[in-house]
Amino acid sequence: MGEPMRIRATMQGEVVNVRVLMAHIMETGYRNDESGKSIPAHFIQTVSVTHGDRTVLAAQWGRAVARNPYLEFRFKGGAKGDKLIVTWVDNAGDRRTDEAVIG
Amino acid sequence: MYATRRGLLMGGAQLALFAFAAAAGLLKPIRALAAWNKAAFDTKDVASTVRALGGNAVTGSADIQVIAAEIAENGQVVPVRVVSRIPNTRSISILIERNPSTLAASFDIPPGTEPDITTRIKMAETSNVYGVIEANGRYYKAAREIKVTLGGC
Repeated sequence: MGEPMRIRATMQGEVVNVRVLMAHIMETGYRNDESGKSIPAHFIQTVSVTHGDRTVLAAQWGRAVARNPYLEFRFKGGAKGDKLIVTWVDNAGDRRTDEAVIG
Repeated sequence: MYATRRGLLMGGAQLALFAFAAAAGLLKPIRALAAWNKAAFDTKDVASTVRALGGNAVTGSADIQVIAAEIAENGQVVPVRVVSRIPNTRSISILIERNPSTLAASFDIPPGTEPDITTRIKMAETSNVYGVIEANGRYYKAAREIKVTLGGC
């Protein structure tokens, strides 16, 4: 569901630098629309990044992560050509999984 | 409005795999992906957030850096990086003192992953932004004030 994530995973010496850009509205639930009606909260709650059978990052997010979330981190133990899988799940139960190859 | 816990638990093979790995003792059962910590995200101040994350107390530390521009012109998109030099850092959380909900995000840092996270947050107004980390079962914090010209909540 939703647009694909943009994932860049590159070797920097012995660590893999991971940058992910997700497409999500990240609606807080605190705003009203033009008619004054409350806009329901809609935001990503959990994110996981896995390398093989290893979870290299697990995150829980609230309403205060900015729209179209950006995430950057580094981990050891990856190599060029390995696959990285990123999954998010939002509070409506929507989810998206995308993968990238470490370059 | 929130997905039910059962819905999340049944949500996918990946979660099942994670649960299996946790059960088998392969992973430290810190906070499983399946369980979004609603209590922590409902908290309204730093001390309550730390308690909801599992800490009894939180100590200031010079070994945590909260890196961000001093002034954020647009509170809707505020880049923040939190780096910990405390050995065995197992989680990094980002807290915004003057937001409607204090906790913005919490990251589990497994062994092999560097305790160095960059993301972008929304800020309602000028506030202290805390990096709270867990290491060896203890909680540590550091703050940086970010001035917001135009709030974004």
